[in-house]
Amino acid sequence: MTDLPAVQPGQKKLGLVIDLDLCVGCHGCATACKEWNTGGHMAPLTDFNAYGDGAWGVWFNRIHSFEEGDGADARTVHFPKSCLHCEEPACVSVCPTGASYKRAEDGIVLVNESLCIGCKLCSWACPYGAREFDADAGVMKKCTLCIDRIYNENLAPEDRQPACVIVCPTKARFFGDLGDPNSAVSELVAARGGKDLMPELGYRPTNKYLPPRRAKPVAVPVLAPAAACATGGADDGGNALLRWVDRLLSR
Amino acid sequence: MSFLQRWHQYWTPRETIDTSPKVSDEVKYTTCYMCACRCGIKVHLKDGGIRFIEGNPNHPVNRGVICGKGASGIMQQQSPAKLRKPLMRVGERGAGEFREIEWEEAIETALRWLAPIRETDPKKLAFFTGRDQSQSLTGFWATQFGTPNFAAHGGFCSVNMAAAGLYTLGGSFWEFGEPDWERTNLFLMFGVAEDHDSNPIKTALSGLKKRGAKFISINPVRTGYSAIADEWIGIRPGTDGLFVLSLVHELLRADKVDFAYLGRYTNAAWLVIQAPGEADHGLFARNDAGEPLVLDAQGGLTSALKTDVDVRVVGEAKLADGRRAVPVFQLLAERYLDPVYAPDAVAATCGITAERIRGIAAEIASVAFDQEIEIAQPWTDWAGRPHATMRGRPVSIHAMRGISAHSNGFQTCRALHLLQILIGTIDVPGGWRYKSPYPKPAPPGPKPAGKPGQVTPGKPLGGAPLGFVMGPEDLILEADGTPVRIDKAFSWEAPIAAHGLMQLLIRNAWKGDPYKIDTLFMYMANMAWNSSMNTAETLRMLTDKDPETGEYKIPRIIYSDAYYSETVAYSDLILPDTTYLERWDCISLLDRPIGGTDGPADSIRQPILTPDRDVRPFQDVLIELGARLGLPAFVNADGGPRFPAGYKDYIAMHERAPGIGPLAGFRGEDGNLAGKGAPNPQQLERYVASGCFWKHQLPPEQLYYKHANKAYLETATAMGMIGAPEPIIMQLYLEPLQKFRLAAQGHGAIVPPEKDRARIATHFDPLPFWYPPFEEARIDPSAFPLHAITQRPMQMYHSWHSQNAWLRQILGQNRLFMNRVTARGLGLADDDWVWVSSHASRIEAQIKLMDGVNPDTVWTWNAIGKRSGAWNLAADSPEFQRGFLLNHLITEILPDKDGETEPGPNADPVTGQAAWYDLRVRIEKVRPAEAGHTEPRFATLHALPSGKPGPDILRYGARFQEDRQQPERVR
Amino acid sequence: MHPALSIVFFTTASGAGFGLLLLIGLGVPLGLLPPDPLFGFTALLFAFVLSAGGLASSALHLGRPERAWRAFSQWRSSWLSREGVLSVATFFPAAVFAIGWLLFGATSGIVGLCGILAAILAAGTVYCTGMIYASLKPIHQWHNRWVVPNYLALALMSGLLLLDLVLNLWVFWPVSAEILTLLAILVAWCLKEAYWRFIDTTSAPSSVASATGLGARGRVRMLEPPHTEENFLLKEMGFRIARKHRVRLRLIARIVGFLAPGFLSLIAVIASPGLGTIAAALAVISAGLGVVIERWLFFAEAKHRVTLYYGAEVV
Ligand SMILES: Nc1nc2c(c(=O)[nH]1)N[C@H]1C(S)=C(S)[C@@H](COP(=O)(O)OP(=O)(O)OC[C@H]3O[C@@H](n4cnc5c(=O)[nH]c(N)nc54)[C@H](O)[C@@H]3O)O[C@H]1N2
Ligand SMILES: Nc1nc2c(c(=O)[nH]1)N[C@H]1C(S)=C(S)[C@@H](COP(=O)(O)OP(=O)(O)OC[C@H]3O[C@@H](n4cnc5c(=O)[nH]c(N)nc54)[C@H](O)[C@@H]3O)O[C@H]1N2
Ligand code: SF4
Ligand code: SF4
Ligand code: SF4
Ligand code: SF4
Ligand code: SF4
Ligand SMILES: [Mo]
Repeated sequence: MTDLPAVQPGQKKLGLVIDLDLCVGCHGCATACKEWNTGGHMAPLTDFNAYGDGAWGVWFNRIHSFEEGDGADARTVHFPKSCLHCEEPACVSVCPTGASYKRAEDGIVLVNESLCIGCKLCSWACPYGAREFDADAGVMKKCTLCIDRIYNENLAPEDRQPACVIVCPTKARFFGDLGDPNSAVSELVAARGGKDLMPELGYRPTNKYLPPRRAKPVAVPVLAPAAACATGGADDGGNALLRWVDRLLSR
Repeated sequence: MSFLQRWHQYWTPRETIDTSPKVSDEVKYTTCYMCACRCGIKVHLKDGGIRFIEGNPNHPVNRGVICGKGASGIMQQQSPAKLRKPLMRVGERGAGEFREIEWEEAIETALRWLAPIRETDPKKLAFFTGRDQSQSLTGFWATQFGTPNFAAHGGFCSVNMAAAGLYTLGGSFWEFGEPDWERTNLFLMFGVAEDHDSNPIKTALSGLKKRGAKFISINPVRTGYSAIADEWIGIRPGTDGLFVLSLVHELLRADKVDFAYLGRYTNAAWLVIQAPGEADHGLFARNDAGEPLVLDAQGGLTSALKTDVDVRVVGEAKLADGRRAVPVFQLLAERYLDPVYAPDAVAATCGITAERIRGIAAEIASVAFDQEIEIAQPWTDWAGRPHATMRGRPVSIHAMRGISAHSNGFQTCRALHLLQILIGTIDVPGGWRYKSPYPKPAPPGPKPAGKPGQVTPGKPLGGAPLGFVMGPEDLILEADGTPVRIDKAFSWEAPIAAHGLMQLLIRNAWKGDPYKIDTLFMYMANMAWNSSMNTAETLRMLTDKDPETGEYKIPRIIYSDAYYSETVAYSDLILPDTTYLERWDCISLLDRPIGGTDGPADSIRQPILTPDRDVRPFQDVLIELGARLGLPAFVNADGGPRFPAGYKDYIAMHERAPGIGPLAGFRGEDGNLAGKGAPNPQQLERYVASGCFWKHQLPPEQLYYKHANKAYLETATAMGMIGAPEPIIMQLYLEPLQKFRLAAQGHGAIVPPEKDRARIATHFDPLPFWYPPFEEARIDPSAFPLHAITQRPMQMYHSWHSQNAWLRQILGQNRLFMNRVTARGLGLADDDWVWVSSHASRIEAQIKLMDGVNPDTVWTWNAIGKRSGAWNLAADSPEFQRGFLLNHLITEILPDKDGETEPGPNADPVTGQAAWYDLRVRIEKVRPAEAGHTEPRFATLHALPSGKPGPDILRYGARFQEDRQQPERVR
Repeated sequence: MHPALSIVFFTTASGAGFGLLLLIGLGVPLGLLPPDPLFGFTALLFAFVLSAGGLASSALHLGRPERAWRAFSQWRSSWLSREGVLSVATFFPAAVFAIGWLLFGATSGIVGLCGILAAILAAGTVYCTGMIYASLKPIHQWHNRWVVPNYLALALMSGLLLLDLVLNLWVFWPVSAEILTLLAILVAWCLKEAYWRFIDTTSAPSSVASATGLGARGRVRMLEPPHTEENFLLKEMGFRIARKHRVRLRLIARIVGFLAPGFLSLIAVIASPGLGTIAAALAVISAGLGVVIERWLFFAEAKHRVTLYYGAEVV
């Protein structure tokens, strides 16, 4: 039902943590998501004008890129974005049919395709652009947090993770229970100051983003010319060689 | 249930989700080929289709991960551009008009063209390949055919890296070595956007960052890998050599050099004859046994190969004949201590402040010498001396085309190796490590074949067409000194062209320079588009006719592609290949294997799907051609085909040398031999059973110092990776270059023609040096003020992926990126359309402004713009209308300067590597009327006979859900 | 936001229809309007056709119209659902009222009560319509206190203009109503101006920085979009309208939507019945057009926060 499930303390909140310090923007998570899900719970992830102008399609995960800072100090940031499985998801409460719902057991936000009338209101209500209308099926689709992987008994335990997580070459994506303060993901978020997107809207996203880090400046004194030795000055052209005349090597 | 609850149950039935759907009916392992990285993949098959492709967690290359391309393999298989049947050209070249023919006719035709060539003049066949991974087969086939005119794409790819590395230290960057990712503390990456080790580099970089090791990227552009670098150095293109030698200057000044390492593993102490003007000036002083000499502590001369002698790095030696000789190190120190290499002197040219350069030099020194690491792992050196531990200096470097795609790339790459060696970081813990089968002797040999007398009608070539020359005597020249090869590799134009010069192939063949060829045979290379320089001009050459005969200047073109690429339209006979999921392939130690720093490895591809079209694996076709041409190695004594089942047979049964074949794993009748061993008919089955790869794990004592590690050198010899367990001595001073230089100064029997002398005398310097890239030195910098370069997009492989329904959504139009401040200066705003002009021509593109790019540089994603009609895309596709190709602006021949007639190739003078990134341009805003589309645009190619346009709506995967436990569908 | 014509027409038409229903539902039982069945017939016809027609056209906008009925289920949380429920609910009392009045000439008692009930539900429906937009946090130009009053006022205004026309047809001398109309136009216009001033002078507190959690290094802006062609999000929510285009359309909306109808209504007051009727008719048409433009702008000028991920600097 559309009403949000009552949140008990310690409620399980499955979600993703994305490390912007590591993402190189390879789009692996985006295409792996497309690949898994086009045959998955919300199949198909339809594509339109696939081989012509204005090609577009249903994607649950997209890689944006931004620049942060100015001039030579600017840093390119690759920014993957999928559904954040918010705790206050207006996409759910605005839904007139109850097709859009949030699971009480793990907080995953889903669309029940068989109820959806394709009014698109949920996509208007999502500030993050995580709702994907399938114009062919006439229904709304979205990231399922790979609900058909994470509990899948036909997969080896280590594979019971979202497709976008297992493929990531830089291991910049983490999946886990953000409701449990002691989970690996929660600790990571705490340690790295994980961020909410558009906190001002109060949707309270479950997914968190770890901001890029600035390398600690290493304080190494600049190299001093080698101490002038008896035979030769260190830093005056030819004679500099003299400091090596007694240097012996052994093979 | 309360009324309300029941009310809701009625209106909003809960969705029942099948959380454990069956993933696949069958899982097959093979090797990805959405790029050249060779990751292992796990293909899930369902109802006869591909359900999911994921990384193979056990595979040594990718350890389970997969990239944006690899995960889009499903769509490659769906491509509407797949070729369906052999094709014979009916219309004019370049129109794309073909008729479909049967395979027998296709092969007959090829034989009809090829057989006479072999019987009369094998040179008239030029066989060149591109992105393929079967160069050990194609090269072998060319040798058997008897033509010296064979090469792969290396000449326009990165031969500068390969040659500089192999000649200097018997291994190289590219994918043949890598940093000690687990142990390095300071990593410098020069000019890399993606590289062949796509996934391994990504995984490793994140590992570095998680460990807190420092990652510095030297690159004019800050995207991709550079985006996550701890420090970004937006260097001006083409100036790395100067920057690196300035670092060397700083290190030498401060005496931050690993002398022990130099003494043991390099030629730092070898004596160099100082006799200006004489025929052996600058060569090593040698004893009668031909061994190089060193100056011992007592001032005597000893063989450099002796061990445990104390020798000098600086000092004057008097040779037997009374002439002077000094150690390599002395020459080196003299050169790089020169103030011209001081940070303040180079800063402006490189676009890096002197402070920054000093800072980096200091950081390198402190990490190398204050953070030395030591592994408690005993090992024995080549001379049998035991060492209790393995010591290492944790500074590492990786570099690729940002260095090599310049006309000073060879010397710049040498400079990088010089830096690595001076601080003793080659194959040590924390440093840069060789990947098996490297190291090999520097250079590895063998020498190229094709000299007069080695090319005989009806006979195989007297050796492999590609190799490593040691001096003028090894060049492949006619008696009159003119080039033997159509691409002029191993001639005075490109003496050390270890990979050939594919970028000059079409031009020379068209020009009939040095001679006319009859048939051009190409495989997996899009030479009519993104892999040619000066594309528009190349298309003209491909279609140009001889006024007399009315025949095409390049009479016949045979081409094998798997898809409708631009080059298909410019060929006469098309041999349609399968996709990578439909054939056997082998990624061989004889070619570009997947060996790692921890041991040799190779892998295969197995057919996962059977083609739904009338196509055949190219290797099968090549082998059949070989057999029907009667090439010795491809027929039995009775003349019948030696490999009846094609490539599958060849992979398992072919022997290059006794016991050595395409695959190193599971050799010997019972398949328990590694490296060397009799062919094993069950070999492929064994590979399939073990995930389609084989790996030999080196024991801990063999993991480092491979160039001098007794146990390793013996293993490598036993496995056939090297000829003998001799140490590999690093060549700081490169004698072969001096030999060419001497020839250019008129010494010796074989001397270059006048026009080449100055170029060779200047650039064949045995010690690394920097010079401005050729184009920039020839054009008026004020007329073309900006550098223009390309980058590999991580989610696209060259021209392959515009046909991929998913990947083309991500990148369907490339922009020209430029620095925000520079743009403002030119009165340009974001999204403006501009004319980009080089000395040769101009193109139209749309700009995008950014901060993370060197102010003097513009760049774009490579190979996104396409030829209208190609790849079976609709004519209104963005790839045709708005995407563009920088290649139109780049010429394969240098702009001529003050009226000289033969300006020479736009390439590195030593290796002939294409200098893609030397390009200089000018940018002007277009008139409003011109905005909105790219230029030039070419006539739309015809659709292929049975090429149906792709569907507008793709519902891939819908069928996999038919068996899913359906939620109750309420209407 | 992309202005989907089906929605633009739906909100305009149903607004006018429900506005008219509100007026007659109250006016007749309370004796403020003539009980004349002919008048009733035309008035109710207008009201039903417009509101029902509007609802129908909104269904066209659905991906799965055949499931439209499902939209009645989530009235507890969804304003769209509530709008659906109320709009349909309105028709029941409205029907009783219509039958009672037109067939049995009854305008008081049960019938009268049903009229009043219908009026209340009609008002409620328009309120819900406004709330659908006003409740959408991601869109600053909708999520504000001016939206609902605008919807109500415009519905009332169009309702009154329609009423005048119908009254004019039935010879009754509707000065009082005309005065009301002029007032309603004035109020609606002022509210619209207030709304425009609000969206011109304020913008969302969100920025590219807050949308990405970046900014520690400084200014944040898009480098490359995830896909080079427009995707669903941009087609649906990335609509951008040029400033001068916007200014021109607002001017037209002011003239056609408020100035002209007001002027024409004035004429209707003073002019001879025949001419008055024509004036009233023109007023209705002009206002209808004006509101359609206003509604189109209401979408076109709305900036969705998702565009911050696609190059927009402010929303
Ligand atoms: N401006 C600019 N130009 C460049 C570069 C650059 O950096 N900038 N890079 C250069 C470099 S390093 C290289 S290596 C070249 C690469 O350029 P190419 O070697 O030409 O590589 P592709 O463009 O991918 O073309 C390879 C062809 O192989 C075909 N193909 C794909 N799969 C198969 C298959 O399974 N079988 C067969 N038979 N064919 C197949 C594709 O359809 C395509 O037509 O580009 C060069 N060109
Ligand atoms: N995804 C993907 N992967 C690929 C390929 C592909 O097409 N797509 N192609 C494969 C092939 S054939 C090859 S050869 C490799 C090439 O692998 P890379 O060498 O990574 O490929 P490039 O894109 O040429 O990278 C050149 C980099 O050097 C920078 N650069 C340019 N000039 C200079 C300079 O003067 N100095 C410095 N320091 N940097 C400079 C450019 O900005 C760019 O980042 O990639 C392979 N891997
Ligand atoms: S991200 Fe958007 S779609 Fe996902 S839960 Fe939050 S509001 Fe809903
Ligand atoms: S589109 Fe479907 S899921 Fe979204 S609000 Fe409408 S009915 Fe609900
Ligand atoms: S969790 Fe699954 S559905 Fe969601 S983005 Fe990742 S792969 Fe896609
Ligand atoms: S797979 Fe990993 S590295 Fe690649 S885009 Fe996604 S998060 Fe970034
Ligand atoms: S890097 Fe990507 S495309 Fe290349 S082989 Fe690996 S998975 Fe395939
Ligand atoms: Mo390459």
